[in-house]
This record gives sequence, structure tokens and C-alpha cells, in this order.
Amino acid sequence: MLDFKGLQLRAALLRLIRRFFHQQGFLEVDTPVRQPVLLPESNILPINSGSWFLQTSPEQCMKRILARNRVNIFQICPCFRADERGSRHLEEFTMLEWYRIDGDYVDLMDDCETLLRYLKESLIIQTEFSDTIAGSCFGTMTVESGWERVTVAEAFAKWGSMSLAAALESDRFDELVSIEIEPHLGLHAPTFLCDYPASCASLARLKKDDISLAERFELYIAGMELANGFSELTDADEQRLRFEEELDRIEQREGVRPVMPNKFLEDLKSLEPAAGIAFGFDRLVMLLLSADLINQVVSFSPDDFE
Amino acid sequence: MFSASDLRKGLKILIDGEPHIIVDFEFSKPGKGQALYRCKLKNMITGSQFSNTYRSNDKFEKADLEERKMQYLYNQGDEYHFMDTENYEQLFLTGEQMGDNVNYLVDNMEVQVLFFGPRPIDISLPIFVNLTVTQADPWARGDTSGTDTKPVTVETGYQLQVPPFVEEGDKIQIDTRSGDYVTRVKE
Repeated sequence: MLDFKGLQLRAALLRLIRRFFHQQGFLEVDTPVRQPVLLPESNILPINSGSWFLQTSPEQCMKRILARNRVNIFQICPCFRADERGSRHLEEFTMLEWYRIDGDYVDLMDDCETLLRYLKESLIIQTEFSDTIAGSCFGTMTVESGWERVTVAEAFAKWGSMSLAAALESDRFDELVSIEIEPHLGLHAPTFLCDYPASCASLARLKKDDISLAERFELYIAGMELANGFSELTDADEQRLRFEEELDRIEQREGVRPVMPNKFLEDLKSLEPAAGIAFGFDRLVMLLLSADLINQVVSFSPDDFE
Repeated sequence: MFSASDLRKGLKILIDGEPHIIVDFEFSKPGKGQALYRCKLKNMITGSQFSNTYRSNDKFEKADLEERKMQYLYNQGDEYHFMDTENYEQLFLTGEQMGDNVNYLVDNMEVQVLFFGPRPIDISLPIFVNLTVTQADPWARGDTSGTDTKPVTVETGYQLQVPPFVEEGDKIQIDTRSGDYVTRVKE
């Protein structure tokens, strides 16, 4: 359970993030948490709510808004993912998500830099937070400049016990990223791990000069994954094919084939080039409060009810 | 059967036919990737430890473990003998199997013996045991040296730190999980 100072910090962050995006001309949206159909992602398990689901991410609704209204949008909302419980995972967590029209994943990386700099500068001058922030790894880290951008292939070559190709071949990509690569990322300055293999980015656009790679990145600070962003795939036919593959995998595992999000695919046809990012709000609070457990940075964790 | 999402610290599962306990557990899930269940496991028979990473679709058999209430009788060399208080069956565990438990064991103490199939592999003691202090330095009253504990030896030969007022012949309560002094017991 979060103490008063923690509650104050969460509130200050929410306020500053909203101010940041308003200043940049983004429209704040609030979309339904409970939905009858989800974007199929075989690695993410939804929590049922009656015959509907709690959202695993606001992506579906936000991209439909984006397709119908050419405007930059953001949202801060709860997301729910079944069976995710660990030092950095809660089944209910808070997501900051934003989308840029006409932008690509490089613009989103720039957004991350600007946003985190703004947050640090704004918080460090507030007396109630300055000591906490200054003493955190986020406080001692250079966020002013020198952010690193490392490709997935470079990271595997540098830290992996096998090549990227071999890891994909043996279905050990996630394991190696998690165990061998993540601990090295974002130790001195925040690091973007970018250009993921196409097979690891079901909703992302492929790179024009190399279709084996997707325009997707993850932001890491102090070995912790904070955000996942990518240039949006706007080809509805291609997206339907990729969803079919995801649905195949889910059906194989669950024995039931979820419904195809047809209305989403319909709206995707009118989506102009855009980019979107999901940023774990609670993990940012973990960094600022130097907390080891995500449980410690939410107002109430599941443990507080048991 | 357990599935990977059941894995947690303290769970006992069967691996290669032997019971293992999860001593450390970490859930991780990179980006939009697969869930990974990283475990440090301890073989409950040999005590050897190793780490392994499991996936969502991994399944685990439950270890066939059973606890029986038994009474400690005596030790002979490296053998610690116990008796089942219901059927009077006797058995022993080795010093290696007993580990730190020998520090708290007195004759006639009731313990839980853990069986893997027919085989005794471990014991668990009551959380708190009362033991008699057999050796303690007297407390120099007015000692202002700043140390607030002193070492004593209890009847099992175990040494621990206690508050200065504890004297030889006192009975003290010890927490068997940590080996720490809890309180002095009045008889």
C-alpha cells in the first residue's frame, strides 16, 4: 500500500504527464475498459468480464479513434492481463498510451526523451520530491542527453549466448532478451532497443529497407522495460493475416477460436501513417521511488486485500 | 498436475522423478513476448540447487510427499532416530538430512517427518522450541559498554545471542526458522 508521499508522487506524475501532452496539442481520450472483442495477441491472456473482456490495452479503441479523427491522442488507463504477477507485473496496472499521426517510431523515441526530461526537470524542483528523485537511479542517470539506441541484432551480438537467428530458430528469443540482454540496458542513460524481428511485432509496420525487421522499439531504464512503441501497420489485409496467425495459436492452446475484430480492421483501412506507444506508468513510479516491487508503488496491491 | 502459472516460491514439484522445492521464483515477460517462469529449485533429497526457466505450456507433476507426526528418540553417531507415535514404527535420518534442525532437537520432541513415497527425507520442527541454557556468562550489572546481547549455549550445544539478563539454567524460546532468541520462558 502506498504511503502519503507515494500517493502525492503518483498524483504529481499524472498531472505533469497530462500537462505535457496538452501542451503538445494531444487530445486526451477515455475509452471503454470492458470490450466484447480484443485484438488477438497469443502471448497476452485476457481476464473475462461476463461474456466480455477487460481490456489488455487501449490500443483497439485508440486506433479506431485515430483512424476516424486525424488527431494526436493520449490516454492513461487501467489494463488487465491474466496470470501476470511478479516483481514488475500486476494483473491490473496503469498504462500511458499515446499515438501520433504522421509519425513513426523514431518520433516516439524523441517523445520519450522529451517527456522524461520534462518530468525530471519538473519534479526535481518540487521540494517534497527533490530528495527522492535525486537519490533514485532515474535522478542520477543522464536523461538530458546521450540516450542510447541499440538494435536487437547488435544486442544479441554483444550480450547473447547465441545469435539472434539461432535464438529465433530455437524459440528462445524472449528468454534471451529477458535473461541475457535486459540487465545490460539503460544502466548509464535510458536505452532504446529497436528493430525487432518481424515475427515479434504483430501490429507493427515492417522496415522499408529490410522486411525481416519491424519498426518497433522498447525503452529500458536500469534494466527495466518501460515502454513499447512502433510504427503502426496500416495495411488492413496484412493485419488480418497476422491476426489469423495469432488466432490459430490461441485456438491451438485454448481449443476455442476468439472472434476476429472486424470493426477494427474496417477502421484500419482509413488509418493514415501513425505510430503508437504503451508506457508502463507504475514502472516509472518504481524508478522514481527506487522500489524493487511494483506492489509497492500502487495505491492498493492484491496483497492489500488478502 | 501443475501448470506454469501455478509456480511460486515454496511449491513442491517432481522433476526427473525426484521432489524439488522452488526456493526462488521470478515471473518475467519481455515486451509482447512469452511469459517466462524463472525458478531456482532445490532437490529435496540431495539438497542440490539449480536454475531453470519454464514456459506457459510446461506442466509439472505434484511430488508425492506426506508428513507424519513422529517423536525424536536419540541419536547414534550420524543417525537420528524417530518413532511414529501411532504405529511405533522407527526410522532414522542422517545428519546431512537433518541440517540445522539438530540445533533444536531434544529427546521426546514431536516433529513432522516428511516422506517422499516410503522414504523419509526431511523433518520440520515446531516454529518455537524451548531449550535450557547450559552455559552463560554472568551479566555484569551496570555494564554500559553498549552491547545489548551476549552469547549463550543451550542444551543441544547450539550457541546464540541473547539479552544480558538470561542466566544459566533459564529456559528460552527460540524461533527455529531463524535460530534467533524470542523470549525467556517462566516455568
